[in-house]
Amino acid sequence: MARTFYNEILTDHNIRPGHKRQLEGANMVLEGVNPSCGDDIVLQLRVEDDKIVDGAFVGDGCAVSQASADIMLDLIIGKSREEAAHLSELFLRMIKGSVTDEELEELDEAGALEDISHMPSRVKCAVLGWHTMDEMFKGKNEAATTEDQ
Amino acid sequence: MYDKKLAHWDDIDKIRADFPLLQNADVDYLDNSATSQKPQCVIDKEKEYYEQYNANPFRGLYEISVRATDEYEAARQTVADFINANEADEIVFTRNATESLNLAAYSAGDMLVNEGDEIITSVVEHHSNFLPWKALAKRKGAELKFAEPEADGKFDPEKIRAMLTPKTKIVALTAMSNIFGSVNDMKTIAKYVHKNGSILVVDGAQSVPHVKTDVQDMDCDLLAFSGHKMLGPMGIGVLYGKKELLEKMPPFLTGGEMIDMVTLEKTIYAPVPHKFEAGTVNAAAAIGFAEAIRYLQKVGLDRIEAREEMLTERLVKGMQQIPHVIVLGSEDPADHHGICAFKIEGVHPHDVSTILDTDKIAVRAGHHCAQPLHKYLGIPSTTRASLMFYNTEEEVDRFLASVKTIRGEMGYED
Repeated sequence: MARTFYNEILTDHNIRPGHKRQLEGANMVLEGVNPSCGDDIVLQLRVEDDKIVDGAFVGDGCAVSQASADIMLDLIIGKSREEAAHLSELFLRMIKGSVTDEELEELDEAGALEDISHMPSRVKCAVLGWHTMDEMFKGKNEAATTEDQ
Repeated sequence: MYDKKLAHWDDIDKIRADFPLLQNADVDYLDNSATSQKPQCVIDKEKEYYEQYNANPFRGLYEISVRATDEYEAARQTVADFINANEADEIVFTRNATESLNLAAYSAGDMLVNEGDEIITSVVEHHSNFLPWKALAKRKGAELKFAEPEADGKFDPEKIRAMLTPKTKIVALTAMSNIFGSVNDMKTIAKYVHKNGSILVVDGAQSVPHVKTDVQDMDCDLLAFSGHKMLGPMGIGVLYGKKELLEKMPPFLTGGEMIDMVTLEKTIYAPVPHKFEAGTVNAAAAIGFAEAIRYLQKVGLDRIEAREEMLTERLVKGMQQIPHVIVLGSEDPADHHGICAFKIEGVHPHDVSTILDTDKIAVRAGHHCAQPLHKYLGIPSTTRASLMFYNTEEEVDRFLASVKTIRGEMGYED
């Protein structure tokens, strides 16, 4: 049993991320940064007909920021934008310490970050990926989309 | 090599009892390069000031104002003696080392540097000894040049010498890096700088608390340091300057109590150091700082230096033996002067410090206000443990034991 909140799900996603790579054909790209601690990710999604078909990220930062982004991608790939936005809302509420058990179930492995809610200094790390996705869906996009061209 | 008899203290429990925080907070405090803890006598001295003779120094002609003035000026003398300044007037009280270096850059800098001139600083510097010079270079259209450290973290004086040109007006370097802990040969550098007709500004924020400082021997022109890193209160810093230079330098801030006479047309500034101490001063902190210096002297500077070297050796040697740990700077523990900045392969410094925090160990993680150095070294950030004489062998051992668990805690199977 780990003596810290660094449980196996978190450390595994940090050391062996499933989605940490450049994504060919991404049509939504956004960099997310926590200037105070230097966490930095570039989130890359391929969205077709409002569905997140594929996703990846590259970046540097603490285990919490990197693992959280990786877990998020596990959850949102294959989902609609609306479903992803719903999960993001749940995740942010979990970090603030107000989700029901059913909602926690919905968050699946992202629930492994629940203990971060007791670590105010690390909340920013945990939400970086989710926050970047939200900003993306609000219209911030660093990728030249096919529509733009 | 330190003197074993001086390094191992029978009275360490008694010394630690002088520091209320070490009794009250359940923590192994290893972040002393950020700020040191305060002994009861320093806290009491500030309190005594406010309870017994708080009045605006220099203004009043009544008894307590005279006492406030006398104590404030006595504090100046204590600081002057501590660094072996020629006289008390060479000590300017500021808020902190950052303000001291800004004073140097705005006052001496604006006076000495013109378009096309050169200023030398280094990639090792704390932001406070980098940004003021960068701003000066921009204001004046001057060029800022950067010295680089050797593998052991120190400057090679010969390389500094080779950078000097007739256009070099100011050389601003740290006497001790807050990442490497290594002490630079400022005396030799000063010799070269003066031969070139330039002035030497020294950032002593890390060195003055840990290494005996003699400004006359070092022969620096300006030296900045702060009180809070050497048991003094926050909010009090020092700019030492050679009197001749201080007298030539224009005021930095203007306003109250820095003048002899003001009419609408003409201003005569007060003599140094008061020319540089505009506005109401932090008398309580200055007086508290002097008490901190007296406390250090009472404990014994030789004992402090020996003990810090003993603890540093235990820390750095211990870290060097842990797999996947890389200590920045010199391989020789004697070069580290209490500072051990390190990285653990595969683990981000913020995760390192979080796990140490779980074990109630306080260290610093991040770029330590030295981003250019981290960029130069090619690492985004580091973790830093830093010692003070009141730390113990047991604290160092607990820190080492905790560090050994970190990779396992982060899921590595080694």
